[in-house]
Amino acid sequence: MVEFTLPKNSKIAEGKTWPRAPHATHVTELRVYRWNPDDGENPHVDTYSVDRDDCGPMVLDALIWIKNNIDPTLTFRRSCREGVCGSCAMNIDGTNTLACTKAMDDAKAPLKIYPLPHQPVVKDLVPDLKNFYAQYASIEPWLKTTTATPEKEWKQSHEDRSKLDGMYECILCACCSTSCPSYWWNPDRYLGPAALLQANRWIQDSRDEATGDRLDNLEDPFRLYRCHTILNCSKACPKGLNPAKEIAVLKKAMVDRQL
Amino acid sequence: MKKPQMRTPMRRVRGLGAAHSGTGDFWHQRVTSVAGIPLTIALIVIVIALLGRSHAAVVQILGSSIVAIVMLLFIINMAYHMWIGMKEIIIDYVHADTLKHATLMANTFFSFAVAFASAFAILKLSFGV
Repeated sequence: MVEFTLPKNSKIAEGKTWPRAPHATHVTELRVYRWNPDDGENPHVDTYSVDRDDCGPMVLDALIWIKNNIDPTLTFRRSCREGVCGSCAMNIDGTNTLACTKAMDDAKAPLKIYPLPHQPVVKDLVPDLKNFYAQYASIEPWLKTTTATPEKEWKQSHEDRSKLDGMYECILCACCSTSCPSYWWNPDRYLGPAALLQANRWIQDSRDEATGDRLDNLEDPFRLYRCHTILNCSKACPKGLNPAKEIAVLKKAMVDRQL
Repeated sequence: MKKPQMRTPMRRVRGLGAAHSGTGDFWHQRVTSVAGIPLTIALIVIVIALLGRSHAAVVQILGSSIVAIVMLLFIINMAYHMWIGMKEIIIDYVHADTLKHATLMANTFFSFAVAFASAFAILKLSFGV
């Protein structure tokens, strides 16, 4: 059943306000969600002051600055710091996005920073995305053919290749799926916008020969049809993609093979 | 997701497999929405035409063939649209089996009852039985 309040052990308390750097003149405040699985306490929100003259412009720069200069226990995922790996996806100022491509000045201060919504938290800003990755694997994201493999490459026209634009760029950061209310209510049965966009990436691929099987696998009241075109996915996507449009393409394909 | 589970995430995601349905409901929702546009406009026109008329005149207008057919189409279309729409909402939000099956049944009973009672009223006006 749908949950409208947080469970008792997830209610968020006010945390610690860490002292600001003594000589800092230009300061931005960050209010960051903290939860430690080992101390048995509820989550809390800590307040940090970042010295902007000593720190890069992005939210990820601020988090790294805090980890280096104030609180080494602050836990978050990061890797490429340029929006291609998708590791630092989190909820910043109420919107799921990548910390590395979100400028501090583009968000309201104090910056509110939480893990991606409606996923189990591993620690602080690190969500457990096992279910999300299993959903991606379930759409079998690889080329499937029955024709014998050609001696050289599978050929594809420029026009067919361009049909993958807007999908191949997806980095699976989970910003879209975890912003979707339908995914919040049915995360185990609804595949969510990211997995559906990826499914369409293979369904639209002119070289793939398993299109019908792929559609069969999606034709389900939950897997595909829990999408009610809420469009939070397209609004959240930090890569500027449009998962809602790709889901609409899938639904149209479902109708096309019946009419 | 809350209870500790020994099943793998893939086992949970695959679940009982794809139901191979849903497209019918999806298409019918679109068809009934499109049909609802002219039918709702027609209904509004009919209601405006009824304003300020005497009971006898209202009975006569609602009983006339064209008006009765439009009203019947409106009711069947709307009841079907409402039935699918409410089913969607229930399976979005209600996950406990017993409650889900009970609310889905209640939805079906209510939609059919509304449709048949309204259709009966219009037919009664038309045929005066």
